[in-house]
Amino acid sequence: MSTVVLTVGDDVSTDVIYPGRYMATVLPTETPQYAFADATEFNAKLKAKQVPAGSVVVAGKNFGCGSSREQAVSTLKGHELVIVAKGFARIFFQNSVNLGLRLVEAPDIVAKDGDELEVVVGEVVNKTTGKCFKVLPIPAARRAVMEAGGLIAYTRQRLLEKAKR
Amino acid sequence: MAMTVVEKILARASGRASGKAGEVVEPAVDLVMSHENAALVINQFLEIFKGTGMEARIWDPSKVAIIFDHRVPAESPKTATNHKRVREFVAKQGIAKFHDIRGDLGGICHQILPENGYVRPGAVVLGTDSHTTSHGALGAFAFGIGATEMASVWTLGVALNIEVPQTIRVVVKGKLPDLVSPKDVILHIVGRLTAEGANFRVLEFHGDTIQAMNTSGRLVLCNMSVEAGATSGIVPADEETLRYLREEAGVTDPLTPVTPDRDAVYERVIEVDAAKLEPQIACPHTVDNVKPIGAVAGTKVHQIVIGSCTNGRLDDLEVAARILKGKKVAKDVRMLVFPASGRIYAQALLKGFVGDFVQAGAVVMNPGCGPCLGVHEGALGDGETALSTTNRNFKGRMGNPTAEVYLCSPAVAAASALTGTITDPRTVAGGAR
Repeated sequence: MSTVVLTVGDDVSTDVIYPGRYMATVLPTETPQYAFADATEFNAKLKAKQVPAGSVVVAGKNFGCGSSREQAVSTLKGHELVIVAKGFARIFFQNSVNLGLRLVEAPDIVAKDGDELEVVVGEVVNKTTGKCFKVLPIPAARRAVMEAGGLIAYTRQRLLEKAKR
Repeated sequence: MAMTVVEKILARASGRASGKAGEVVEPAVDLVMSHENAALVINQFLEIFKGTGMEARIWDPSKVAIIFDHRVPAESPKTATNHKRVREFVAKQGIAKFHDIRGDLGGICHQILPENGYVRPGAVVLGTDSHTTSHGALGAFAFGIGATEMASVWTLGVALNIEVPQTIRVVVKGKLPDLVSPKDVILHIVGRLTAEGANFRVLEFHGDTIQAMNTSGRLVLCNMSVEAGATSGIVPADEETLRYLREEAGVTDPLTPVTPDRDAVYERVIEVDAAKLEPQIACPHTVDNVKPIGAVAGTKVHQIVIGSCTNGRLDDLEVAARILKGKKVAKDVRMLVFPASGRIYAQALLKGFVGDFVQAGAVVMNPGCGPCLGVHEGALGDGETALSTTNRNFKGRMGNPTAEVYLCSPAVAAASALTGTITDPRTVAGGAR
């Protein structure tokens, strides 16, 4: 079970998740300090380690729209946040699968700050309100990467297979 | 089997006879591009080879382009050091399509690729930049990816697990009215489709407006297709594409345009009547918050920006220079102009546009992304408003989360610079021809 620590609306862009002015910072060890940098209160909580791993951000449609910057994923992954959204933008979705950020696509999700959510097979349960929401499956094309533990590991595997042939 | 352009391109690149939306393919990649974020790609690339006992070599350095544009010249020691690392990597791997910070060969990646003839019709083009969709203007299938995915492509030369996208056919008909531009067409389309309306889909552009449009204008349409969530925008290659590649990009080798089959299957068709379009404005803080100019005319602005991968080409500068020539930028307004490449800057100098801008009071900057994404220069003060020909107006985009950004065409930007408020270019002298 995980607590909702932040709720945001539709079309939250990568500029909001990881402002452009920090883009010269690229290392996954350094990007987490700038997560939601302009949401100063939430950012301060993250930096003070007051947000436990597995905490949930609940978002509307098209979360992660805009830039291809991978920092927008590594910054959230660094805090081991789980994103439950009505929908995700394509590049953000791919980057998340590649880096192992946990995304849950629940088109009808309703939750507010402080709610307790549980993600089970095929649905997410809001334990606070008692409501269940359907979860869309990860496309088959992406599962191999997830099962390998991310795109670096998967590519390495493919590289070694190719070298053997 | 009847196919759309993207289905044909992905079938060819994957060694299949045909392709259909929904299939998963691993296309061979013809061209990949990165900018400053090559620094991160390099990290991930080296990570892939760790423990394999193999030397980290790019699969084919001749298919890799690296262009510095996001923070040029470097604004900080951190960026300068990233630039340096990338330069060293480029030399070590033998990457020839490298565009450093130079007044002649440099510029914004999405202008450098077309103007140097790197992009060909039918090619699969991947870039670590969401506006890689731009290159669909030359009939390629071009889309943005993240840095780790690029590291994977550098290693294997294929894009892994690509789902063939559905295509939306966009038919644009009629003659664009004077001072209404391709930017207004795409803002109108993004407004209609919404910011996620084309998510995981391709926009394929057709119609007599598109046929009559030059490559510069088609780049605007494809550039901003991503603002409707599209994987890519594509204008099927035609006479104009070949003219541009031969005459402007200097390409001499054979070119093979890819056109859709007559009975190709589209997810849906949308039609736009270009003749009825007015100048369009995308209002804060989403690109799909689009209104005809009348709805926001008179709004006070503090900074005007002309440039970017969307609208920093010669015809964009020309229309703005025509409006500004012999006049003055209004008091209390800062106007910044960013030509999209060194080549365009040089042409604008020769044609006198740079002089027109400077004499009007605009600041003409070096080619690059400039203030578009708030990483480098031209940041906004608290509560200020910008009007810009760039492509995004997200909260915080120009470096300040309390500021507002409106998006428009170059003609609207220039007319508004004269008044200090959002102004319909059809109402100012020098506007109408």
